[in-house]
Amino acid sequence: MDLRKIEEIFFRILMFCSTVIIAVSLIIIIFSTFYKGLPHLTWEMISKTPKGGFYFGKEGGILNAIVGSLYLSFGATILAILFGLPLALFLNVHIAHRRKLVNVVRFVMDLLWGVPSIVYGAFGFTIMVFFGIRASLLAGIITVTLFIIPIMVRGIDEVLQSVPRGLHESSLSLGSTRAETAYKVFLKQSVPGVVTAILLSFGRAIGDAASILFTTGYTDHIPTSLSQPTATLPLAIFFQLSSPIPQVRDRAYAAAAVLFIIILIISILSRFFSKRYQKNKINF
Amino acid sequence: MNKPKINIQDLNLYYGKQHILKNINTIIPERQITVIMGPSGCGKTTLMKSLNRLTDLTPDCSVSGKIMIDGQNILNTTEDITKIRKKMGLLAQRPYPLPMSIYNNVAYGLRISGRKKRRFLDKRVEHYLRQVNLWNEVKDRLKEPAGTLSIGQQQRLCLARGLAVDPEIILADEPTSALDPISSQTIEEKFKELKNQFTIVMVTHILRQAKRIADYVIFMYLGEIIEQGPAKDFFENPQEEITKDYLKGLFY
Repeated sequence: MDLRKIEEIFFRILMFCSTVIIAVSLIIIIFSTFYKGLPHLTWEMISKTPKGGFYFGKEGGILNAIVGSLYLSFGATILAILFGLPLALFLNVHIAHRRKLVNVVRFVMDLLWGVPSIVYGAFGFTIMVFFGIRASLLAGIITVTLFIIPIMVRGIDEVLQSVPRGLHESSLSLGSTRAETAYKVFLKQSVPGVVTAILLSFGRAIGDAASILFTTGYTDHIPTSLSQPTATLPLAIFFQLSSPIPQVRDRAYAAAAVLFIIILIISILSRFFSKRYQKNKINF
Repeated sequence: MNKPKINIQDLNLYYGKQHILKNINTIIPERQITVIMGPSGCGKTTLMKSLNRLTDLTPDCSVSGKIMIDGQNILNTTEDITKIRKKMGLLAQRPYPLPMSIYNNVAYGLRISGRKKRRFLDKRVEHYLRQVNLWNEVKDRLKEPAGTLSIGQQQRLCLARGLAVDPEIILADEPTSALDPISSQTIEEKFKELKNQFTIVMVTHILRQAKRIADYVIFMYLGEIIEQGPAKDFFENPQEEITKDYLKGLFY
């Protein structure tokens, strides 16, 4: 047998094994989360806040964490879109010809993407102390926004980069300003990818525990204003899993299952929307 | 020959350190078809794109000299660049329809100049689609995405879209290179009609096409203009050796 044939077989086995290992570990993660979580995922669990303290109380559910997490991640995602989308468009339309500057911004965004979320948490905490804000929903939203902006910007940026130069030129030659080119042409052409990038950022926002550890605090109640602390699903898992009381630990598993289900819904929605908005996209 | 619409003086263009256009001096006559010809990589597309400053998009691009359009130097102007670009419709090598419906593609230019009344738009869209012989093919599917048209139809749509902003000049960069013979013929015939109203600048490396439609020819080689003049003189009595070789088909 010649060497090229052996190489072919070697890499085929390598790829096959990698695929199987990854697929199996994912299935185990999903299965074990649902196995522990689903039995406790009763109506009471998702419709009631914990009674008698989240750490010791045996009654109640995790509604506070579900609502808190949704508040937090919707807030952060919306804020991140307000800053991230214009930035990504600016990079690709307005200053596209200044390659060095664009590359510096991309490099900085990549660096920020790589910074661990606990560092964002610590940063958010020092900011809070500086301004004299307590741990609250607002502080959490701001911290998580900072944490997901690089993810969102680079995600959208990658999509916008695939808009062909000819389309950019066509738009300009019709007399569009750069802003019109950005929002009416680039954005329209890239909607599916942009939606995916936004939902990916949302997924990161709702799943992260470290950045909100110091900044949002944790309570039994559903927050009624931005200045109140709030519970979140990742921290619901973190705090309740270490409890000596089995009912409290069950709440942690249920929280994990809920988190998983939310992420699943987000992924399905992102597929659905990117298909739907594909309609006007030109395939160059 | 008609009076010049565009007058280019001592134009030099660099991409980084690469000298792309070297001392270009030429004129482009009004309401005629000027063909810029030459082998690939000779700078003809760059010359055309510098006319509406699309070269601004290229990193590290520096330009010197003058491009006078109606007596105004567009390289050094206080006027809004979007106004200058509106004077020129662009037809690219392959069609780049905007990511929206057929109707909105044509209405786009009108909308961004503030003409938003539905009835006015309906009329103009029909007018321009008829002008490029596309109306009958698309009148029942105006709401469909432009991407569903065939390439030949898309190129005609792009022409209609360009005409809709009411330009004075049409810039065409090998507009038929991606098209089938019949669509190419439609575009060429349109150009012959349109030259009564518009100044047309077309880049091509198809010799026969240039012979069919050119009124004025600019021949470029390695970033320089080798020879230029009215089409008849140029094709029947070329002066330079390089031009003669090119016309004989000795190189492309």
